[in-house]
Amino acid sequence: MAEKIALQEVEVWDGNMAAAQAFRQAQIDVVAAYPITPSTPVVQNYAKFLADGFVDGEFVMVESEHSAMSACLSAGAAGGRVATATSSQGFALMVEVLYQASGMRVPVVLHTVNRALAAPLNVNGDHSDMYLGRDAGWINLCSFNPQEAYDLTLMAFRIAEDFDVRLPVMVHQDGFISSHTAQNVKPIQDDEAYNFIGEYKEVDPMLDFSKPVTYGAQTEEDWHFEHKAKQHKALMDSISVIEKTFEEFEKLTGRKYNEVERYLMDDAEIAIVALGTTVESSLLAATQLREEGIKAGVVAPRVLRPFPYNALKDALKDVKAVGCLDRSAPGGALGMLYNEVAAAMYTSDSKPVISNYIYGLGGRDMTIAIIKDIFKELKANADAGKLTTPLQQFSGLRGPKLAFF
Amino acid sequence: MEYVGWDEVTTGTLIESFSKPTDNVAFIRPEERAYSDMNSYKASVASWRFIKPVYNRDICIDCQFCWIFCPDTSIISRDKKMIGIDYEHCKGCGVCVEVCPTNPKSLLMFDENKANEEALTEWPEKKRKDK
Repeated sequence: MAEKIALQEVEVWDGNMAAAQAFRQAQIDVVAAYPITPSTPVVQNYAKFLADGFVDGEFVMVESEHSAMSACLSAGAAGGRVATATSSQGFALMVEVLYQASGMRVPVVLHTVNRALAAPLNVNGDHSDMYLGRDAGWINLCSFNPQEAYDLTLMAFRIAEDFDVRLPVMVHQDGFISSHTAQNVKPIQDDEAYNFIGEYKEVDPMLDFSKPVTYGAQTEEDWHFEHKAKQHKALMDSISVIEKTFEEFEKLTGRKYNEVERYLMDDAEIAIVALGTTVESSLLAATQLREEGIKAGVVAPRVLRPFPYNALKDALKDVKAVGCLDRSAPGGALGMLYNEVAAAMYTSDSKPVISNYIYGLGGRDMTIAIIKDIFKELKANADAGKLTTPLQQFSGLRGPKLAFF
Repeated sequence: MEYVGWDEVTTGTLIESFSKPTDNVAFIRPEERAYSDMNSYKASVASWRFIKPVYNRDICIDCQFCWIFCPDTSIISRDKKMIGIDYEHCKGCGVCVEVCPTNPKSLLMFDENKANEEALTEWPEKKRKDK
């Protein structure tokens, strides 16, 4: 039996340690990893826990991230609880297998510490990797600080392994700003955490020799569509299990999570929609602007996939202007958050003015001053009842103003 | 297999080998196993083949080479005695003929449309070794 660790009521952990502790408490059967900055300490800490006798499981060192995810998928298909962590280029190399995991309905947990994608090579935080994997059929949960990285990683196992879900889950946190920033984290004790997640429940394990199964079938035009439709339905339906898990977690810890988080939104006239650590920065900027009489608020999708269209519509129903902040190079289009939010609001009775800001690429600092400037532009949009700026602007960029549409 | 809607396909495109729990499958002959309808055992790939191996019992020494080397387990052997070829799953690759050690060979490739009885009348004579 693995030894336990008696945790303090408040621990000082960075986001990576928070995720590693959640991994340890989940007592994963197989972690296969090829560590990469800035997620390295997640699996490094986990490997040390295992070596020191705090985990009963296997740590498999593989030769690439493609192999890491393949080994996790295979061990999951064999019938074990599996997880790994990665970032950026490693995430990109995993992408092929991400689609395999969701298609085969194997509940892998992937802790993604978000980092920019090359070229140019960059180790700092932005959301390029998150955006790259968003259509891979995984549940995507977004954390904004180490506490949430810990909480959501624990919940990820329970959601992924639920009989009504059986889909892989990604938990995201910002590289360095969350992953390497030590903060106060309130953990739950090992037994509580393990009981919350529960024993791993096998579904069609390959190691059940009396009921042999084949994973990874080939389907062509006569079967493929039906299988992908069934998979999409499972992802869409998973929101009820996610919500139930959030409720159970609140009962256990008092910490409440929602599919869409709202900050200062009760009377907000303008709102920023953002992900990651920028959510907290935006909250600080909004709080300061309220002293100037600007009714600013912040809305953040906690669940990026399945995308919470209805909850988002409700969160933004009373605002006049919305700024969607995308921390990923948009690749010849508007940012993802703009597209999703605009689609949600287009089918809503309220029609706020929506604009798009690209910011913080490669770890460029998103300052309170920049966010306040954005809020002030949104206020001008709200007062005018129409766009007073280009639709898409780059914020915090040196050189001549860059904007489109 | 019958086409079903998205709500009836298996989760994760999983393929079950058997229609009921089956222990010690190595001791059950293939024709007696409860293969599921999705198992490839139930699917014929005979149409993939344009040449076929024909087996000549009169020459065979039951060495089992063909049985071991066949990549599709399409050589039927019972109690170390060669019986014949599973033409539903043989794809005509010719590996069995290649590995056959007898002189002449006990397995030879013929046109898919030639009847086995006719093929057996065309079997070559034993080759003399040149010294």
